[in-house]
Amino acid sequence: MDGATAPPAAMLAKLPAARWWRGMPGTVLGLIGACVIAALAPGQGYYLNIIMQAVTYAIGVAGLVVVLGYCGQISLTQAGFLGIGAYVLALLTTQLGVPFLAATLAAMLICGLFGLLLGFASLRLGGHYLAMVTISFQVILTLVLTNWVGLSGGPDGVSGIPRPAGFASAHAYLGLCLVLLVLVMFYAWRLKLSRLGRAMQAVRDNEIAAGTCGIHVFRTKVVAFGISAMLGGLGGALFAGAFSYVSPDQFTFDESVVMLTMALLGGVRSPFGALLGTFALVILPEWLRFLKQAYLAVYGGAVILIMIFVPEGVWGWAAQRFGRGARPIGEWPVPPLPLLSMRGENSGENALEVADLAMHFGGVKALDGVSFAVRRGSVHALIGPNGSGKTTFLNVISGLYRATSGTVRLGGTTLDRLPPHERTRRGMTRTYQNIRVFRGLSVLENVMIGAERPGNDVHKPADVMARALAALDFVGLRREASQPVGSLPYGHQRYVEIARALAGSPEVLLLDEPAAGLNSTEKQELGLLLRRLKGHGLTILVIEHDMKLIEAVADHITVLNFGKCIANSTPREVLRHPDVIAAYLGEPQPA
Amino acid sequence: MLAILPQLLYTGVGIGAVYAIASLGFVLLIRAADVVNFAQGQFSMLGAYIMLVLLVGVGVPYWAAFLLAVVLMAGFGVLFAGAVYWPLRHRSQLTVIISTIGASILLPNAVLAIYGPSPATVPGLFASQGFRLGSVFVDSQYLSIIVIAILMVVLQYVVFEKTLLGKKLQATSQDKEMAAMLGISVAGMVLFTFAYSAALGALAGVLVAPVLFVSVGMGATLALKAFAANIIGGYGSIPGAILGGLIIGLAETLGAAYISTPYKDAFGFVILLIVLLARPRGLFGELIAEKA
Repeated sequence: MDGATAPPAAMLAKLPAARWWRGMPGTVLGLIGACVIAALAPGQGYYLNIIMQAVTYAIGVAGLVVVLGYCGQISLTQAGFLGIGAYVLALLTTQLGVPFLAATLAAMLICGLFGLLLGFASLRLGGHYLAMVTISFQVILTLVLTNWVGLSGGPDGVSGIPRPAGFASAHAYLGLCLVLLVLVMFYAWRLKLSRLGRAMQAVRDNEIAAGTCGIHVFRTKVVAFGISAMLGGLGGALFAGAFSYVSPDQFTFDESVVMLTMALLGGVRSPFGALLGTFALVILPEWLRFLKQAYLAVYGGAVILIMIFVPEGVWGWAAQRFGRGARPIGEWPVPPLPLLSMRGENSGENALEVADLAMHFGGVKALDGVSFAVRRGSVHALIGPNGSGKTTFLNVISGLYRATSGTVRLGGTTLDRLPPHERTRRGMTRTYQNIRVFRGLSVLENVMIGAERPGNDVHKPADVMARALAALDFVGLRREASQPVGSLPYGHQRYVEIARALAGSPEVLLLDEPAAGLNSTEKQELGLLLRRLKGHGLTILVIEHDMKLIEAVADHITVLNFGKCIANSTPREVLRHPDVIAAYLGEPQPA
Repeated sequence: MLAILPQLLYTGVGIGAVYAIASLGFVLLIRAADVVNFAQGQFSMLGAYIMLVLLVGVGVPYWAAFLLAVVLMAGFGVLFAGAVYWPLRHRSQLTVIISTIGASILLPNAVLAIYGPSPATVPGLFASQGFRLGSVFVDSQYLSIIVIAILMVVLQYVVFEKTLLGKKLQATSQDKEMAAMLGISVAGMVLFTFAYSAALGALAGVLVAPVLFVSVGMGATLALKAFAANIIGGYGSIPGAILGGLIIGLAETLGAAYISTPYKDAFGFVILLIVLLARPRGLFGELIAEKA
């Protein structure tokens, strides 16, 4: 294979992730389009207002794409952030004479700070907390804007808001807003393809797996919400300049609902979908005037129907129906997985040490003083009857449960009290018995998230992609790289999970019942894969029921029963141990 | 100022009891069906409007209107489940949440389109306004609310902890697949929970209707209090929901009297933020932890 002789840099330059200019040609076209539209738009009147509203709203709705579409957290106060942005700009420019640009930046900053505060309070827990807190925030904000007359001007609002110097005319100001909209679209689109965007999507699809892939789940959610708040602030500031007047009733909960509907209708996972939805719902009400009071009822009904029939929105639906489909990833040769180096093999050093580990759920002692060590470069199997505490053990050492007592050491560092992502950073990756892949992402993106493990030796996008492709080569799924992971058969999804764990070049790989749910052919393949990994000297701790598989690969077996270690030795000895036979087959009959 | 404190405490507990009943229905859906129902407050709004229509429009006697509203809303709960939850039951929790948000927008605006925005009044449960006990005027409606709230809590405890139905409901909430294998009708349990939860919501609505006005916006207000009560008390915790409801009722009654009336609705939110920052799992902790 000539790829093996080519210098790595030249090999990697062709990977899509190496193309730093991605999206820029389209953005340039968009900017030209923005100027044309601004020049052709009416200079005043009703239609100009409609366009101004759609453009400034669209920037705010792009924020919803980030927080809801990418990160899966429901914010119900996007209009609230537009309101804060609009009021900050209005007050700074009219009361203090701050220039427009500086006031806009201040608006974004203040919105970002509110976002951080609300996010910090509510995002540690599930997504519905943010929804509840943002609804309340929205209501309080309207109360404050209406009642704090000294600050906000009360129900009368603030008028006489200026536009930036040189952009006073409608055409120029609309051009400015459109240009910013195009840039926001570009930013949101690139964010989706970036490391941060992938982390957000991983959090959306599976928080637990995201954590054990090394992603700081809480921080990622707060950042997503902060970005969304800042985009809301930008949209609001531009809105204030567009209409030169703001009042509390422009930024109520109803408007937040309208923005949510815009995003969902168009397709919340794509900035273009959200743009489509925004323009549709700004223009549509003009044709739906006969609905009068009932238009919000129609929006509410539409939200339910969208969730039932087109949860991916119009854009997402069209992309599935008419899109080119996933383009296959080319046959680029990539450097092989380096995790398979021989470092430290047979050194006798312990890669993972567990001392006196206990985990009690109320009165139930799921783990009751477990101690053993996994030697570097060995395949260590943990077996035991159902309910013996194996999966609990894995969840404790990967940090998903906090141990009641005891110590876990990885290569000499103590892991106790560290959250999952910190343990992964220190070199531990894992798979799950009930597969946890990121269903909204492609096979390659799933594995790239694994390669982006903090503490891994690859950082540049092209290197990350190359490492992910190498991991897919290893498990034989390269050809499926660009497919959505959910379209793969169950057994292949398991391999995606293993590839994701391998791409992080772990010190220790934890496999939770990798053979569960596989048929006998797939089990044989899995056995071969594990033997290859073993041959390359990777340290593996595997939980498994399939004794054939265990006998074929394990150097060492630890047996758990009722949360205690009942045997800990070589396979040959362990499988003859009377306690082990008793645990699996019941008490032996007296001879 | 201190002289009115006993009166404020009484009123605060009374309004808090309404929030407690509203949030009880909210918690039940979380526990039995794992549904975070953002339209929970709308059950109260609809219940109050049904009573209003029966009372004023149809001319049904008060007690019949009161009970009919609760019973009809139980039926509505089943319809609601069929339209908003059932088609999405195998999808992510996020999808279901957004769907209930859709319902929380649809319902009040539909009522708005039919009845218009002007609020209406309904009389209280008893003809007597109440009686004086020392310095406290014991308002009869608040007293009924407190008594009914206590009865509902006891009933719920007995049903959940002491009956086979309660055991089945708990089993369904913990593991739907396993419950189905044990021969429990999961669909039946979930629908029952929706019906019961809607009835509880309606009960809160018809109880509070004589105190507040019957208005299109009352559902959203009650829902906000129910969410906050839940988070303050501890997500998914039944005693937490009750305690949280009482805390919010007291906070806003005292806050409105001593600090500022226009910001009445903000006090609960401030407590909510403090609890989230200091003790994110609430006073009684989150019962439901995701299994890895």
